[in-house]
Amino acid sequence: MSLINSMPEMVVTTKADQFLNWTRKSSVWWMLFGLACCAIEMMQTQGPRADVDRFGTAPRAAPRQSDLMIVAGTLTLKMALRTKILYEQMPEPRYVISMGSCASCGGLFQLAYSVCDGVDKVIPVDVYVPGCPPRPEALTEGILKLQEKMMQEKWLVRPTSETAAA
Amino acid sequence: MDAAAIHQRLRAQFPAGVGDAVLETKDPWIQIEPNAIAEVCAFLKGDSDLAFDCLTNETGVDYKAEGYIQVVYHLFSYKHRHYIVLKANALRDNPVVPTVENVWKAANWLEREIYDLLGITFTGHSDLRRLLMPEDWIGYPLRKDFVEPEEYHGINTRRESLLR
Repeated sequence: MSLINSMPEMVVTTKADQFLNWTRKSSVWWMLFGLACCAIEMMQTQGPRADVDRFGTAPRAAPRQSDLMIVAGTLTLKMALRTKILYEQMPEPRYVISMGSCASCGGLFQLAYSVCDGVDKVIPVDVYVPGCPPRPEALTEGILKLQEKMMQEKWLVRPTSETAAA
Repeated sequence: MDAAAIHQRLRAQFPAGVGDAVLETKDPWIQIEPNAIAEVCAFLKGDSDLAFDCLTNETGVDYKAEGYIQVVYHLFSYKHRHYIVLKANALRDNPVVPTVENVWKAANWLEREIYDLLGITFTGHSDLRRLLMPEDWIGYPLRKDFVEPEEYHGINTRRESLLR
């Protein structure tokens, strides 16, 4: 008689990968990284009305405590180098959401001399959230998409030459 | 005091440093020799009849064809409620203008911005560094002959655009 049959209401079966990913996606701590007007919407997303806290996220003020960087706003070339330093300080696994037109492609300012045309020229981006600026609902959707992506990761299987090719 | 009276007052005080004035326009302006700008501004602020205590704006314009870069000073007096605009032309090849930071502290960042974007050296400025562009940036973006570099520290500055 197995444990599951004896106590069906107290035992949950799952895969180890899935369990790890579930714990990871349920506590996404994101770094406060507001660069322009998108930062106002990012604050709203954390506020009581949109309340992104219910998905397990929490804002942190330091890159070393963060899992997720939400690049919210226009990225200037001067800030681009600093962004890379901040990204490198984050512990792995780390994720990046590019919030708004400016962070995704330079947006309105993409022809300007001082603006980096998209944060993906400096660091890898997982989720792009379009909008100028995106509403809190849109950023929440972006975080949910990122959580879907996190659930599909396989940390226990080491990539061999065959799986890496696939 | 209206603009014509201000011009006459300055002309009397600085016969060499003050040029002509354009008065029949929305913002009357006076041409000033760049070497005299610091003394003229100190006088404009210190004199009790003029008392220009507010530097509203200081900016620069690149006149490439004419061969000079113009520094524009927008002044306002809270005491007398009058305005004036000063313009000083610096040679484009080696633009050097004395600072007015000692007269109005607000000029500190405004002159740093002009230095950053137009490359005018303000002699006597306490902290003449770039303000908006990165510290190691080469070139002055608001000059008419500025060409954007292909990349900056490995960041490609070119992107296919629908607007081009």
